[in-house]
Amino acid sequence: MIGIGIGFKWFIFIVAALMATGSSLMMVTRKNPIHSALWLIVTFFSVAILYVLLNATFIAVAQVMVYAGAIMMLVLFVIMLIHLEWGAQWASSRSFARLIGGIITVMLFLQVMAGVYTYTSVGQKGIYTAAKLAELGNTRAVGTLLYGKYAFVFEVASILLLVGIVGAVLLARKRND
Amino acid sequence: MLPEIPQNLYYLLSAVLFTVGAVGVITRRNAIVIFMCIELMLNAVNLSFITSGNFLNSLDGTIFVIFIMAVAAAEAAVGLGIFVLIFRLKGTVHVDEFNLLKG
Repeated sequence: MIGIGIGFKWFIFIVAALMATGSSLMMVTRKNPIHSALWLIVTFFSVAILYVLLNATFIAVAQVMVYAGAIMMLVLFVIMLIHLEWGAQWASSRSFARLIGGIITVMLFLQVMAGVYTYTSVGQKGIYTAAKLAELGNTRAVGTLLYGKYAFVFEVASILLLVGIVGAVLLARKRND
Repeated sequence: MLPEIPQNLYYLLSAVLFTVGAVGVITRRNAIVIFMCIELMLNAVNLSFITSGNFLNSLDGTIFVIFIMAVAAAEAAVGLGIFVLIFRLKGTVHVDEFNLLKG
C-alpha cells in the first residue's frame, strides 16, 4: 500500500496476523462444524487484509468473494443439509494415531521454520513495483497479464471449472433409472 | 523509525496457518471439517505466493493464486457433491466409516 505510514502498516500486519492465527486455531478446535466454518471465514478476511498490505488488491477482493462468499456458503449449505451428528468428532479411540500425527506435524512445522529462517530472497526482480501498480491499476495489470501471456492457461482453467460443475451435478443427482 | 515489514514474517505466518491446517486434517474426523482445513492450507500457500510476488515486483504470484482459487472452487463443488453422496449412502460423514473400498 502506498501512502500509509510504516507504523500503521506494522499495526495492521500484527493485528491481521494475530487474527488469522487465532481464528484458524479456533476453527480447528471447535466441536460444531458450523462454528468451524464461521471461524474459517474470519481467517479468510484476515488473510484478505494481508493481501491488501501486499499490494494485491484484486486478489484481496477475489478472496472475499470466492472464498468467504462462494465456497464457505457452499460448505455451510452442505453442513446444514446433511445434519451432522455433534458427538464423536475427534478420534478418541485412536489416540495413538493422533499422537503420531501430532509428532509428524510438529516435525513439518520445524522443517518449514528452518526453511523460513535460512531463506534469502533470490531471483530476478520484475517490473511491477508498487508505484507502477498504483499508476497502472492493479486489476488492469492483472487482466493484461491474464488475457495476454497466460491466456491459454486461463482457458484450461475454464475447462477445469466446467468439468467440476458437470461432475458435481452428476454426483449429486438422484438415481432412479 | 521502524523498518519495512520483513518478507520472512509473512512466510512465518504462512507456515503457521499451514501447520494449523495440517493438524486439523490429521486430528479431526469429520470430512467437512477436514475439507475446510485443506482450504486453510491452500490459503497459506496463496499467502506465500503473494508475498514472493510482492517482494520480487512481479505479478506472476497473483496469476498463480487466481488459478489456485479456480482449482479450489472446482474442488469444493466436486468434494461437497461426494460428501452428500456418501451421506446418502452411509448416513454419516465420519471418515473412519469410509471403508467402502475394503471389499
